[in-house]
Amino acid sequence: MGTQAVSDNGHEIVRLEDARKTYQMGTEQVHALAGVNIVFTKGSFWAIMGPSGSGKSTMMNILGCLDRLTSGSYHLDGKDVSRLDDDSLSELRLRYLGFIFQSFNLIPQLTVQRNIELPLYYLGWDAARSAERAKALGEDVGLGDRLNHRPTELSGGQMQRVAIARALTNDPQIIFADEPTGNLDSATGDQIMQLLAKLNEQGKTIIMVTHEPDIAAYAGNRLHMIDGLIDRIETGAHETKQYPKEHLARH
Amino acid sequence: MRQSNILRNIWLGIENLLLHKLRSFLTMLGIVFGVGSVVAMLSVGEGASKKALEQIRKLGSHNIIISSVKSAEEEQAQTNITRSFLSVYGLTYEDHRRMAESFSHIKQVAPVKLNRKDSHLRERGMELRVVGTTPVWFELVPREVLAGRVIRQADLDKRAPVAVLTEFGARKILATEAVIGQTLRIGSDEFEIVGIVKSESGEAGSIQIPDQQVDVYIPIEVMRRYFGDVYTKSSSGTQEREKVELHQIIVQVDNAGNVEALAAAIERMLERFHKKKDYAVSVPLALLKQAEETKRTFNIVLGSIAGISLLVGGIGIMNIMLASVTERTREIGIRRAIGAKRRQIIYQFLIETVVLSTTGGLIGLGVGALIPFLITYFSGMATILTLNGVLLPLFISMAIGILFGLYPAINAANVDPIIALRHE
Repeated sequence: MGTQAVSDNGHEIVRLEDARKTYQMGTEQVHALAGVNIVFTKGSFWAIMGPSGSGKSTMMNILGCLDRLTSGSYHLDGKDVSRLDDDSLSELRLRYLGFIFQSFNLIPQLTVQRNIELPLYYLGWDAARSAERAKALGEDVGLGDRLNHRPTELSGGQMQRVAIARALTNDPQIIFADEPTGNLDSATGDQIMQLLAKLNEQGKTIIMVTHEPDIAAYAGNRLHMIDGLIDRIETGAHETKQYPKEHLARH
Repeated sequence: MRQSNILRNIWLGIENLLLHKLRSFLTMLGIVFGVGSVVAMLSVGEGASKKALEQIRKLGSHNIIISSVKSAEEEQAQTNITRSFLSVYGLTYEDHRRMAESFSHIKQVAPVKLNRKDSHLRERGMELRVVGTTPVWFELVPREVLAGRVIRQADLDKRAPVAVLTEFGARKILATEAVIGQTLRIGSDEFEIVGIVKSESGEAGSIQIPDQQVDVYIPIEVMRRYFGDVYTKSSSGTQEREKVELHQIIVQVDNAGNVEALAAAIERMLERFHKKKDYAVSVPLALLKQAEETKRTFNIVLGSIAGISLLVGGIGIMNIMLASVTERTREIGIRRAIGAKRRQIIYQFLIETVVLSTTGGLIGLGVGALIPFLITYFSGMATILTLNGVLLPLFISMAIGILFGLYPAINAANVDPIIALRHE
């Protein structure tokens, strides 16, 4: 318990070794990650689950290069990133990672297209090429006619599609999804999950945090956390899964 | 690539500011007034300098003007003894000779005798100011010669009764006729008009400029011989008689740097030979100093106002940008999560601030250009808008944007993306 490692046959993309993250809360030390060992392979779809305070958000932040470990190591695609500085982590996020959030996190004053373009701006693409790519991605997620709208004019499902398009703009190795359906009704949530499942089928590694078993069921691997440690790992279809496999395959 | 990136950043900054038009405008006001007063200050100062230079030009920048004045005691004595009193005062021929001989820095000296005489050209007449002088006058008080010639050394040697009129005087006296060669009667003596020169009028600062519009110039030797050194003035029943040898001595100094020292030396020399202070030494160059002094005072006053406005404006901008950073914490978090580096966030906010302050600066420039226009319109004070007067305030407003934008921008960059993404 807590120290088990999972290794698939595929090429590994994420490796945590004795990963620890400690926060100081007043006089008390909180061990958000208390020594995690895990390996994710390329092309896998993981759901990280657990009650609040279990360390799943910290896990997500560490894996997403938004935060650094207190001790232990994190190898991303074979490279030790646990000691990198802020600029280097930004560079990693920019080139290899994509993010989807519960509250969509679109920039309200920018149009849909400009939101999708955002990573390209930091990648230094010129305006014309960026616009072209953003349009293509917007159409891929079914929002070709909403490109010039502001996020506030969109429904929740549409906003999350924009967020997914934006997460794909830099053609990332890993997509991180933090409670991606948390603010959506179940039907819309399922549509979003199907979109993610499709991306996974296309070869993207997806790491998702959720506390809903129905949503977690879309992931091939489910990692349950408690008190900063891995509690158990499930692999394969879940018994509570509502959608049969062939339903997914249609998309 | 880099350049287009900057332009894109600036455009993004403008877009963001346009989202809150009223807020942006109010934020700019401090800068608008600050820059406006800087522009106004510079153009008023520039106008004052130009006016001073113009005055110096009229007076001659290398000149020292020494004039005869009736001393206070003399004035007193005259009122006590009313009739047939002859007051003797002023500069003497000897003063002129001494000056011309004793100072090495003096280039030229023009002695001047003045008198007012009714003059006639046939039946037309007017009172002219008769100026008896030497050819040097026309070098020290350089005015355009419109017709004929000025007085020559030969005129002095031959004691030729020739006269040079001013354009104004010539018009008055003869309307449109050609005056050259005509005979002008000054008092009861006849002179041949040989030339017409332009004239300046009025005062330059505290100094009366040497020439007047109603001047007629004749050789000093002729004047001395025809009219003598004693002048009779009749006023309200009393008759005043004065003996003045020279009314003015105009000295040209070889170098502007020697003007002040020479003026002091002349003053010392005159003090030695004159029992009473019946002379006054004026230095046109001192006017320039006086103008510079005024300009400096003006600059300090307006500069402080401008400085305070700019400071307040800068603080206002900083305040709003800090609020904006808080308001846009989530946006910053999103950008950071996507991969923006700290310095790119700094850059974004800094550009927004600079766009804001520079726009304020541009508006301020408009306001500032209007103020000198109004000053000129209502007070007649000369104002000049120079390129520097435009570029400096713009540069200042940009610098303010950078100065006061840096802290909010650094604040923005230090936002923790994890916390920012959860920010409501």
